[in-house]
Amino acid sequence: MEHHHEKLNLSVGNMRMLSTLQTPRSLSRLSLIPSNTFTSRASLTHQSPTTTTTPPQSQILSNRHSLLSRHVTAADLARSYLTRLRQSEPHLRSFLHLPDDDAVLAQAAHLDGKISAGDELGPLAGVFVAVKDNICTIDMPSTAGSRILEGYRPPFDATAVKRVKELGGIVVGKTNLDEFGMGSTTEGSAFQVTANPWDVSRVPGGSSGGSAAAVSARQCVVSLGSDTGGSVRQPASFCGVVGLKPTYGRVSRFGLMAYASSLDAIGCFGSSVADTGILLSAIAGHDRFDATSSKQDVPNFLSHFVSASSLESKPLKGLRVGLIRETIGDGVDAGVISAIRAAALHLEELGCSVNEVSLPSFSLGLPAYYVLAVSESSSNLSRYDGIRYGGQVYADELDSLYGGSRSKGFGSEVKMRILMGTYALSAGYYDAYYKRAQQVRTIIRNSFKEALNQNDILISPAAPSAAYKIGEKKNDPLAMYAGDIMTVNVNLAGLPALVLPCGFVEGGSAGLPVGLQMIGAAFDEGQLLRVGHIFEQTLENCRFVPPIVTDDIAD
Amino acid sequence: MASTIFRSLQVQPFLLNPSKLLKRRNGVMHFTTKATQSQTETQQRQPQAKVSTSTQSKKLDKIPNDYEAIIGIETHVQLSTLTKAFCGCPYNYGSSPNSSICPICMGLPGALPVLNSKVIEFAVKLGLALNCNLAFNSKFDRKQYFYPDLPKGYQISQFDVPIASAGYLDVDIPVEFGGGHKRFGITRVHMEEDAGKLLHTEHGNYSQVDLNRAGVPLLEIVSEPDMRNGIEASEYAAELQRLVRYLGVSNGNMQEGSLRCDVNVSIRPIGQSKFGTKVEIKNLNSFASVSRAIDFEISRQVQLHSQGQEDQIVQETRLWEEGSQRTITMRKKEGLADYRYFPEPDLPAVILSQEYVDRIQNSLPELPEIKRRRYEKMGLSMQDVLFLANDKSIAEFFDATLAKGADAKLVANWIMSDIAAFMKNEKLTINEIKLTPEELSELIASIKGGTISGKIGKEILFELLAKGGSVKELIEKKDLVQIVDPVEIEKMVDKVIAENPKQVEQYRGGKTKLQGFFAGQVMKLSKGKANPGLLNKILLEKLNSKN
Repeated sequence: MEHHHEKLNLSVGNMRMLSTLQTPRSLSRLSLIPSNTFTSRASLTHQSPTTTTTPPQSQILSNRHSLLSRHVTAADLARSYLTRLRQSEPHLRSFLHLPDDDAVLAQAAHLDGKISAGDELGPLAGVFVAVKDNICTIDMPSTAGSRILEGYRPPFDATAVKRVKELGGIVVGKTNLDEFGMGSTTEGSAFQVTANPWDVSRVPGGSSGGSAAAVSARQCVVSLGSDTGGSVRQPASFCGVVGLKPTYGRVSRFGLMAYASSLDAIGCFGSSVADTGILLSAIAGHDRFDATSSKQDVPNFLSHFVSASSLESKPLKGLRVGLIRETIGDGVDAGVISAIRAAALHLEELGCSVNEVSLPSFSLGLPAYYVLAVSESSSNLSRYDGIRYGGQVYADELDSLYGGSRSKGFGSEVKMRILMGTYALSAGYYDAYYKRAQQVRTIIRNSFKEALNQNDILISPAAPSAAYKIGEKKNDPLAMYAGDIMTVNVNLAGLPALVLPCGFVEGGSAGLPVGLQMIGAAFDEGQLLRVGHIFEQTLENCRFVPPIVTDDIAD
Repeated sequence: MASTIFRSLQVQPFLLNPSKLLKRRNGVMHFTTKATQSQTETQQRQPQAKVSTSTQSKKLDKIPNDYEAIIGIETHVQLSTLTKAFCGCPYNYGSSPNSSICPICMGLPGALPVLNSKVIEFAVKLGLALNCNLAFNSKFDRKQYFYPDLPKGYQISQFDVPIASAGYLDVDIPVEFGGGHKRFGITRVHMEEDAGKLLHTEHGNYSQVDLNRAGVPLLEIVSEPDMRNGIEASEYAAELQRLVRYLGVSNGNMQEGSLRCDVNVSIRPIGQSKFGTKVEIKNLNSFASVSRAIDFEISRQVQLHSQGQEDQIVQETRLWEEGSQRTITMRKKEGLADYRYFPEPDLPAVILSQEYVDRIQNSLPELPEIKRRRYEKMGLSMQDVLFLANDKSIAEFFDATLAKGADAKLVANWIMSDIAAFMKNEKLTINEIKLTPEELSELIASIKGGTISGKIGKEILFELLAKGGSVKELIEKKDLVQIVDPVEIEKMVDKVIAENPKQVEQYRGGKTKLQGFFAGQVMKLSKGKANPGLLNKILLEKLNSKN
């Protein structure tokens, strides 16, 4: 009975043994995709994008098709991504760690060997995956963007990373983030500032700014991020890519350095809904190392995808869409509101019935979120004490060792949140803050439930504005926190949400993308992906490839 | 406050050889802890301590008259699960430092706890055995503080909803301490994880951390302040040890720290309703030290109080010093520590179903208290009852022997006299002796049925204890069957009478005490096998018949 968890051993040999215990994820989950859907698309990728209305394609499926039909070798594919990565990286600084090209090319060569041998390929075979640096990787440093973990190398892979690798994915590097995920611009990284590929004077959003920028600039195919209060969805919006925050418990948190455990979720970025869904398929599912991971079945998220060419005129007929009234009012940029209204019209054209819904508790989400998130973070970050790993400041007294190590190791935003969280959990304040916030959380959860009883999905902007300038809000934390208004409620309710680019506002040389957020019922990611896919395939006059991507790639 | 000097301690968590995990990188850390302060404290108190030691027994006699002691106990029981509470590491007492650790119990970034379901099972077992109310919906909480033996910076514990509460424990006070039956209240039982251990080197100026124990499951049992003296407290602790051993949830070994008692002691003048200031005592490694430390502490407090120095009794943690047999100040409480408890978000709620609880209830063994009452009903003395029921293995041996049909009192006599003496001399437990319950039952039956004499029975017993074998075999092999044939005995009597004419003369001349001499000679001739009753009957007939 107590053997439900085997020992997680430090030794590499045993890690390998463990991984063989894992049921191998067969290709079958993904191979169920109707072949006419994507093979026909794949051939499109060889056409030059003469029009700006070409809907985004699945890079994963088109690359796979090219590999299997021997149009291209994995090594060639890898070289082209590496070239683009090396060219853009000095401008963007998306990555905190990049392995040697040789290491990446060796994996690609290994894949070419498997292809010529006719071996079965994993669904992520040869896919370039970037991983946010607060997600543990056994073969690369994992710092969470913090000085206190500078040079730290975990002895294990996060479950999500392990699954990506088992399915053939190639981890191409660790992406930049706000320290421990605490921020909305990626300026909170202890190491570097990442630029937005649409306008390098702007922030990519955050905290998963590096992962969003890397996908946007096609430095990788897909990437893993983490979303505690919007850290996948808001940068997806800022960078014009697809971002998915799964239902709480859908993806194992094992190996994700905890910020706020009851809110944290590992999420996915892709340049198309299909790629995002394929990555989710790879990492979703119960994990015996995470007691909060769900045992819900993981359906084939892509099985209901329909290709644009075979869509009926009203493919979303009967779908009830609720536009959250509180998200399109004061404090939201007019350009964002009109992009969202246009997206709502587009959904109506696809057959949806769109109605405004009110979530009266919506504005309570922000304070409740910050109380809960900082409370949990003050506890979760206690382990960074300089005793066992990470940076240590020597001192003659234990308290000074703790104080020195933590004051030198943590950045100011992290310290501020630890202090606020410690305060909120202190005797005499607990009831007024933590407990109250939990009550608000229950109210929010219930109001979402009610709204999702009357609607199949809810929509809103992913952020009140498009990407803003680097430094613009750095010294105004409250303004930055306010930017999370669109996303934090979803984490409080534990629901899945998909953000996809739906339009532009003025800014930069080519405009700045605006993201539409679709919120679904718990474990209804399949619905979000299906709707999102139809939305993106039918959206006209938009091409979400940033100007920094100069070479002629098929997006 | 005392300075805790801490040079450095560095762990390289990704070394593959765990034994090297706590290799120090840049120098070492040093703990002077509170040693200096304790020292002064000790010196200051020495004269007092001497006084109180010399007057201790008198003081103790005085307590019931003038003062009343209020004692409560917090007990930590380490559970004997195969793996730790939240990871798959085993725990074996005494294994080399940091040989049984993993990313989870080391608190590495990204590691998460997953509850070992055995911990709940054991907690429910003990909660039921302590007559508690169970919380069918409880949870874990984080208790937060910084210390190098606490890898995550918080201990996973239970705060406001313990898994079991409001129970009691019935204890029989041993006859030599006045006897009697006592019921002590149980406030709560909750689940938590143990911390690691700091190893302070004797000469080097550094300390090391051993995380083998980190994450080992514990049950904390908090009693009501129902004890009034050291004996009651140590008997409560002993009964708790018995209980966890009967239940199989812990080895209850105090020396290994599997069962740790912290006691809270306060005194007040009889008639006063307000509680006195309570003092916590730690470092109690045996039941004797529990009892002695409390009695020492009571007399220390009574003395201070009776001298008008009750303001000297302060809320503090004191350490029991086994060597000098007294308590010394370890640390004074500086206000209440704020552990900033909040619900552990990494673990789901602990939900018990009635079926689950019923299944455990039905699987509980006979508990010590029930066993004692059963033995009492068999007519055994309280001394016998306590001896037999106190040790689970002895009780099992006793019950197994009874199951073979032997008489309870006879079995108790054998176990408590010759068998107990043998175990004591040879330093063996009842499970290590070669005698089986079946054979003890057979032995008793053989004596009762007259096959062998009681004397032969004893000889056989020692053979069985040391070498094993069966009673029947030994009797046959050694030709030990009792002689019950009157003709055969008569022959031997005749022989002895014939060989001792002088003594016969004396006997017949009135020195009848010589009967014993003749009986002894006949018994010797029979190699101890003659039935004593028959022997005496025939001997008397022969001696008294005047030819």
